[in-house]
Amino acid sequence: MTRSTRRGVLAGAFLTVSLLVAACGGGTPAEPAPAEDGQRSLTLYSGRDEDLIGPLIQQFQEQSGITVDTRYGSTTEMAAQLGEEGANTPAQVFLSQESGALGALADGGAFAPLPGDVTGAVPAEYTSTDGSWVGLTGRARVLAYNTRVPEAEVPADVKELTGPEWNGRVGIAPTNASFQAFVTAMRLVDGDDATRQWLTDIRDNDPQIFPRNTAILEAVDNGAVDVGLINHYYVAAAETTPANTALKFGAPGTASALVNVTGAAILAGAAESAEAQELVAFLVSQPAQEYFATETGEYPLIEGVAGPADMPALAEMGAPDVDLADLKDLDATTQLLTEVGLL
Amino acid sequence: MLHRTDRAERTGTAGRRAPHQGPPERSVPAGPPVRSRPPRLLVAAALVVAALAALPLVWLLVRVAGADPDRVLALLVRSRTVTLAVNSALLVTFVSAGCLVLGLLTATLLARVRLPRPGLWWVLAALPLAVPSYLLAFAVLAVRPESRGLVPLVAVLVLACTPYVTLPAAAALRAADTGPEDAARTLGRGPVAAFCRVTLPQALPAAFAGTLLAALYTLSDFGAPALLRYESFTWAVQAAYEGTIDRTGAAVTALVLAALTLLLVVAERTARRRWTRAGATTAVHRIPPARLGRGGTAFAVTGLGAVAAVTLLGPPVVLVGRIVAAGGVSVDWARLASAAWSTLLLAGSAAVLAVVMALPVGMLAARYRGRLVAAVESTAYLGQGLPGVVVGLSLVFFSLAVVPGLYQTAAVLVFGYAVLYLPKAVGATRASVERVPVEAEEVARTLGRSGPATWWAVTARQAWPGVAAGGLLVMVTAMKELPATLMLRPTGVDTLATQLWAQTSLGAYGAAAPAALALLLLACVPAALLVRAGTERPGDSSRRPGAADRRRSDDRVPMTGDR
Repeated sequence: MTRSTRRGVLAGAFLTVSLLVAACGGGTPAEPAPAEDGQRSLTLYSGRDEDLIGPLIQQFQEQSGITVDTRYGSTTEMAAQLGEEGANTPAQVFLSQESGALGALADGGAFAPLPGDVTGAVPAEYTSTDGSWVGLTGRARVLAYNTRVPEAEVPADVKELTGPEWNGRVGIAPTNASFQAFVTAMRLVDGDDATRQWLTDIRDNDPQIFPRNTAILEAVDNGAVDVGLINHYYVAAAETTPANTALKFGAPGTASALVNVTGAAILAGAAESAEAQELVAFLVSQPAQEYFATETGEYPLIEGVAGPADMPALAEMGAPDVDLADLKDLDATTQLLTEVGLL
Repeated sequence: MLHRTDRAERTGTAGRRAPHQGPPERSVPAGPPVRSRPPRLLVAAALVVAALAALPLVWLLVRVAGADPDRVLALLVRSRTVTLAVNSALLVTFVSAGCLVLGLLTATLLARVRLPRPGLWWVLAALPLAVPSYLLAFAVLAVRPESRGLVPLVAVLVLACTPYVTLPAAAALRAADTGPEDAARTLGRGPVAAFCRVTLPQALPAAFAGTLLAALYTLSDFGAPALLRYESFTWAVQAAYEGTIDRTGAAVTALVLAALTLLLVVAERTARRRWTRAGATTAVHRIPPARLGRGGTAFAVTGLGAVAAVTLLGPPVVLVGRIVAAGGVSVDWARLASAAWSTLLLAGSAAVLAVVMALPVGMLAARYRGRLVAAVESTAYLGQGLPGVVVGLSLVFFSLAVVPGLYQTAAVLVFGYAVLYLPKAVGATRASVERVPVEAEEVARTLGRSGPATWWAVTARQAWPGVAAGGLLVMVTAMKELPATLMLRPTGVDTLATQLWAQTSLGAYGAAAPAALALLLLACVPAALLVRAGTERPGDSSRRPGAADRRRSDDRVPMTGDR
């Protein structure tokens, strides 16, 4: 036998053995990160973009001395991943872009109940009813439009975007959780059939498909599309101020005027984790809520923190009468999007 | 002297053997002799590697087989699948055609025309290997934000993928027999016509193999289509992964994508078989590189220079421009350094693992024949037909279900890279081992050395540069890999590619610039080493054509195992 053969065999054997060992030992759930030499750490799955919450996590790390390992991805991706990982998940905290994914996971028993002082900090309409997750910030669906389009021409209801005059001019992000939550809201307000019809019509109207809200905003601002469906705060969070973009808030009472929340939850396996509780408590504390209002332009949800500048008040938005907890039927929404061919 | 078909075969295919290849008893110095039986342990090791390489695809099949059949069927037959297939087919067709034309043109200039500083042009033609296509797309977007769709995407991918055609085609042209070309000219053909009619076809098998690599890259590319918003198959797999709560959609789409890529591989084999000439001459004639005259040379150099400048200088210039426009960006040096370190470490480990895994397969393929050997080798080549997004997805499923302890660890990611790039390493290993004359081994044996000692003293010593070149190629490709990295990386670990991706997809072009520049710089190092390993001072070759050409055409082989 030649040397390389032996080496090859050894390598193969090593791999096989390590895979087998891991397979046998792998049945147990991933342990929360142990406190090595006094170092405290936790794993966070974030469905929110790093540029929006990265600085806040940094602030928490400095303040608490806890190292946060953050996995960034889309909210839907993280929800699917948590579903797939089940009890094996290495995550202790989940941060979601919207309430539906939180509701869906809570229904599957993925979360540990939060302490009362955390859930109690936020008004009941902006958080879970059973204390499985807590709302962090409010955000409104808006139509961002390039200012070369006269304001009067921009509809306040997205239903009008299916007309021929909007052919090829609309940007949407079907993979984005906020878009999906809005579709879920439309299903609740208008019914599944009307929603399927609207999705079919908008798909046939040659929309421009983007991976994220930020990309839509950039395209609206540089004129690549005329209007785009996004959340209100992306303008405030952009790297360079979008000078050519204005926002149109949705017509009161319609799904276009949906006000959703971002939220956080502690995974069931991390129920006892002090680090996880510290992080969630931090997120509803005054400094964090002020960060959201001033840095990302979102609506803070605790009392005594002023809302973002130059934005209408949350209460005057005319949001449709939708219980945020009812947005949890994410699976049916993504199936609908798949069915009409937007996913 | 090598048999001509054999030469074309080697330059063109990097280890995959056309079934019709000549009878084994043909005795050529560097040729693969047939020994009756491979050592059992070698076979066992190669089988283990083949099993590991097949793991992702098998697991994906298992996952889809376990899903609700109605749902799978509904996903398969919907009109969107057709739309995506048509989109991808269009893209692949245009990019392949573009790469073939541009690559053959460039190869002809490199191989057959006397250019000032020939070595420089070889390097410039190869370096785009280090440029991720999404970086080019991002440069296009930074200049023209409204760019989207097929046209800019084809332009970007042609620029990024042309080296896959240029390098093997140029090597084949250098090695081509130009005797018939002389004959054609004496019969009254013009020089260009004679070249196109007689010599160019000799380079076509190599060019087709290179075009296949470009096509496979195109089909598996995720970043550039996403940035330029063209709905290709790979993009759709990623979208389904990110955007649906039920992963069945992503898995089914991924399987269709894998089937499409395998179809491409088969199509290329068929085309190549048709073009590979069966005839052989006993002597290979060469004519010296043509002089184009001042104007012609200036024109050629301008053309080559322009392509290189757009590809290699475009992204950095645009990036620096964005930094300036943003009034400077604050660079998080610690983060950049840690991403660079992770990139090096992961890509380096992947290169080592791929080479280790490739050794038994490559040695077996180089020295033995038979159905089992062919099967093992083909299985090892599966990675060539599997896009990163498919391997990523299947290893997410696999690690969660079978080895949850390894889930989201670097081990799974490195393994994923190794599966993806195993074909490069196998091709390199096989070609290098084949090149070691068996006679040399036999002489060493008769002098009393044991098998392993012979292997170490003779085979390994002569083969290692080629094997190492394969490793470098794995490294440079793994550095820029995106979708599998996004899915499999350990939480909190960023590579330069993922960091860059996160920022560009947010439109934060200024902030993305440092990571992009770092990635370009880092990837250029192995790419340049690779060119050096592959070309061996091309300037010399005109002086001693025989030796240098032979070496080039063989050393070039690892490049063509690329995808």
